[in-house]
Amino acid sequence: MKTVDRILGHLVSCKDVTHLLSEREDRALTSFERIKLEWHLAVCKACMAVEKQFRVLHEAMRRYRQ
Amino acid sequence: MSADFLKELEIQRGYLLRVARLQLRDAALAEDVVQDTLVAALAAQSGFTGRSSVKTWLTGILKHKIVDAIRRKQREPVAASTLDDEADIEDFDALFNERGSWRDKPTEWASPDDALSQRQFFEIMEMCMEKLPPNTARVFMMREVMELETEEICKELSITANNLWVILYRARMSLRECLQLNWFADGRRA
Ligand SMILES: [Zn+2]
Repeated sequence: MKTVDRILGHLVSCKDVTHLLSEREDRALTSFERIKLEWHLAVCKACMAVEKQFRVLHEAMRRYRQ
Repeated sequence: MSADFLKELEIQRGYLLRVARLQLRDAALAEDVVQDTLVAALAAQSGFTGRSSVKTWLTGILKHKIVDAIRRKQREPVAASTLDDEADIEDFDALFNERGSWRDKPTEWASPDDALSQRQFFEIMEMCMEKLPPNTARVFMMREVMELETEEICKELSITANNLWVILYRARMSLRECLQLNWFADGRRA
């Protein structure tokens, strides 16, 4: 993995990323927040897994109310 | 009045009651709110157009009844302060180290589609929602089940947008952990 990718990927921490993953369902993220999120997900498998888990949770709630 | 319509109301009653209980944490009040909803539904029977939308239609009526009930409850002094308290709790620190990286790296959930097709999964999910702190559960249900806009929730509960985001974050992270522990970590279900 290129060093530059790693540096860009860690402008936000995993903890910050979990906040962004939740908040993007409730507000529009700024373009810089979206980029930081994308860069992080590109280099962090754990957060990528959580991103998918949040999607499952969202879909589960959709089915629950239908 | 059609027998089918009455039967459908009876079928949906259980769901409405569970949703109302999760939001109000008051069994008697939840009963009242659901009763009011069913009475309103009967009175407005012609407003319902097809079987597939009964649940959504009833949820729409229930939403207003719950918001009214919360407004009445808000006048009791306790509610607002507990909401801020719940927003203040800074937890999930156990999940991350001091640099904000995962201590135990999460992995993808196995067979989520399979989970979503099982009634049992939704029973576990309800159990997980019951475990949330009362106001956190209420806010989460308003957002994800009643589908209220964030501005509406802030207005009804007199909280800031920032607190709302924190509370919803806590709800989603808690549910994620609870489902992880009680469903996805369990190899038997995968
Ligand atoms: Zn990460």
